Amino acid sequence: MKYLTFMSIGVFALLLIYAAYGLPYRGDPNALVNQEISLTGTPVASSYYIENAMKDANTPNMVTTVLGDYRAFDTLGEEVVIFAAGIICFLLLNRERKREARKQ
Amino acid sequence: MHWELEIVLYIFLVISAVVSLHVKDLLTAVVSLSVFSYILAMLFVSMGAIDVGFTEAVVGAGITGVLYVVMIFRTTRRTND
Amino acid sequence: MKHGSSSPIILLLSRVLSPYIMLFGMYVIFHGHYSPGGGFQGGALLASSIILIRIAMEEKVHQLHFNKAYGIPLGAVGVLIFFGVGFISLIMGGYFLDYSLLPFPGMITAELRFYGILLIEVGVGLAVMTILVAIYDNLLEEDDDESI
Repeated sequence: MKYLTFMSIGVFALLLIYAAYGLPYRGDPNALVNQEISLTGTPVASSYYIENAMKDANTPNMVTTVLGDYRAFDTLGEEVVIFAAGIICFLLLNRERKREARKQ
Repeated sequence: MHWELEIVLYIFLVISAVVSLHVKDLLTAVVSLSVFSYILAMLFVSMGAIDVGFTEAVVGAGITGVLYVVMIFRTTRRTND
Repeated sequence: MKHGSSSPIILLLSRVLSPYIMLFGMYVIFHGHYSPGGGFQGGALLASSIILIRIAMEEKVHQLHFNKAYGIPLGAVGVLIFFGVGFISLIMGGYFLDYSLLPFPGMITAELRFYGILLIEVGVGLAVMTILVAIYDNLLEEDDDESI
């Protein structure tokens, strides 16, 4: 059983290494993801961000503009997820709430 | 570019992951997981994703390590398997 | 933790290091337009500076530093800052989270979007800091009576 586990892990690692040969090189300007026109013939959004981020929001850091302005709704969802985690920890683990529930 | 340095970082990444899976003492596993997060953050920075690397270094090596240590402090320190 | 550390090295180092980590967190939030960083990373750095004091000192000191009761309400204030910026621009006639319609007088559109991003980064940083500290507090609370 143990040899079967190791053998399946090795086969999976070889498969991943074989799949990694199909990826483009890092920062390759001729790769398909860095073109202005995508595979289906529509324009890619990232070239718009690179050209207009400084003009639109007066911000040199492009990542901040994308996270805070163009895709602000995603950031809102992320913050709501963190707030939900805090609320759940408060509801499950708080000591005063447990004591009040035991009194009733 | 600096592929020798990246090969060394990848080897240490795999070693820290295997150590954190197979060790008996849970505190050692938490420290090894923090080392894993920090090496992963360095790899992200070397690939050019500085924001992702910064988030990984702050959250993975700082906050989750503290929370795991608190949970070990509340429960037991040795694993059963 | 509850009784504090007895080692003078830990007490001195935590006391020296915590304000500098907090200052770096502020820098990461407010300089996020020009350098890597933003609300999430800066909030996590501020939370780590508060948790450092909580680990080293006794309970009286760290409740003076950041009170336990403020955790969840300040997180709600952070989320409400984000929602409020979105709703102000919705009320002023634009889309939700469209910063170019915020009611600041005498600014062009690019500057309005600049300050809109700054406002929501402050909201995210406040929420992340207080929620992480609140999770730490709630995990570490002890059940002093055993009859659960």
